[in-house]
Amino acid sequence: MTLTLDAPRIVETRPLLEVHGVSKSYGPVQAVRDVSAHAYPGEVLGIVGESGSGKSTLLRMMNLEEIPETGSYTLDLADVSDNLFELDRFARRMLCATKIGIVYQNPHLGLLMKHSSSGNVAERLLVAGERSFATLRAAATEALDASEFPLDRLDAPPIELSGGMQQRVQLAKAIALEPALLLLDEPTTGLDVSVQALVLDTLKRLQQDRQITMVIVSHDLGVIRTLADRVMVMRRGEVVETGLADQIFQDPQHPYTQQLVHAKL
Amino acid sequence: MTQVLEIDRLTKGFSLHHLEKDIPAFEDISFRVAAGEFVLLKGANGAGKSTLLRTLYRSYLPLSGEIRFHSSHGLIDLARAADVDVAHLRRTEIGFVTQFLTARPRVSAEAIVAEPLRLAGWEQEAALEAARKALETFGVKPDLWAAYPTTFSGGEQQKVNLARALILPQKLLMLDEPTASLDANARGALVARLQELKDQGTAMIGVFHHPDDVMHLIDRVVDLTPDAAPEEERDDVAL
Repeated sequence: MTLTLDAPRIVETRPLLEVHGVSKSYGPVQAVRDVSAHAYPGEVLGIVGESGSGKSTLLRMMNLEEIPETGSYTLDLADVSDNLFELDRFARRMLCATKIGIVYQNPHLGLLMKHSSSGNVAERLLVAGERSFATLRAAATEALDASEFPLDRLDAPPIELSGGMQQRVQLAKAIALEPALLLLDEPTTGLDVSVQALVLDTLKRLQQDRQITMVIVSHDLGVIRTLADRVMVMRRGEVVETGLADQIFQDPQHPYTQQLVHAKL
Repeated sequence: MTQVLEIDRLTKGFSLHHLEKDIPAFEDISFRVAAGEFVLLKGANGAGKSTLLRTLYRSYLPLSGEIRFHSSHGLIDLARAADVDVAHLRRTEIGFVTQFLTARPRVSAEAIVAEPLRLAGWEQEAALEAARKALETFGVKPDLWAAYPTTFSGGEQQKVNLARALILPQKLLMLDEPTASLDANARGALVARLQELKDQGTAMIGVFHHPDDVMHLIDRVVDLTPDAAPEEERDDVAL
């Protein structure tokens, strides 16, 4: 038996993100069962688990794409209401556009593949109400630059770009409005190992420079180890263990986490 | 003396579920460390020296006991402290030095060394300036300061690692064999820096394969060999 940890005593800020007691089923399948999670401002929360563990469903709830049957979701920001799951569709869309950025594993989900890359990024700003072409162009360029996208390819449509570059366009779009929360769903899965390292490095830089709160979901422990401060392990829709990243990797407690860590090359 | 750490009946073991086996590491360890004090951990291989350091840093979760740390925010039991509190203390008051550098692609040596200062709120230029000074102290050639340590030799990487780990004075510092495979100059620089930190009041707990390197820093020895005398004075250091 291990000790039960105390509530925070030194860190007095409230978590930026708090999800409490969420459950969601698809027909007979319970995808997420009574899950709670939180992330402090500037913290990177990693969620690991194999396919079907419910980790991506949970992330989509944080992006308000999925609304759970039970549970609540708060973001500790000015002018943001108590339980985000209760927002109407319009308010939800506005909140997502201005406060939350997301990068999907599959760029088709996040990008218009035949529009220009800069246009994809500018679209996010349009949704938020920006109308000046010069401002749109400048802001899009700035975000693409911060994502280390080659600026001579600003007008290339994502369909003509490599997988790594497509992820950088998604990232630029996600950070264009300086969101309080950045969600990453397997952002480097499917990329070559060397490209993966570069994208992870960009994410790490952005996180350090801007202190964005991030939630990253991956089945790849190496990705989680590189980025996360704290790790949550999910299995069959439930959280089996949470802890500091180094503790989860060096001293996993739950049998499933031990199996996961020991199975890594 | 101002106490920094009070370790009380600390016990650690590992449950390996796939083997259905509990492996004990150490049991009922108690000792204290005061400000400016250097405690050497002693014991045969496998006695649990490194395990104890990692438990104090909370990379390992203890099974029972207390680790009372006198933080600048008051007394806190690291055995039970919330993850977010531990993470905060690691950024501000508790350091851990190993012999390994976690280099990142496309991050220069000086940027890696400056990072703890940046996280503590230093201005970019001041942090880099201090980082260059630290690299110089540890004998890393100026040509390499702006280069990426991913391609450095093991010895050079270790110097970068030490410069980074020791740049920000901490209240409590854990040292896990930092001298292993260092050249004589770097070892000298390390010992000098540790002396400096000790004089400034940093409490240190160290594991050294060759304690001769840090001989004159040691105030006390704690022997982790089961049934050993709980504490020895520094005259008893085995050489």
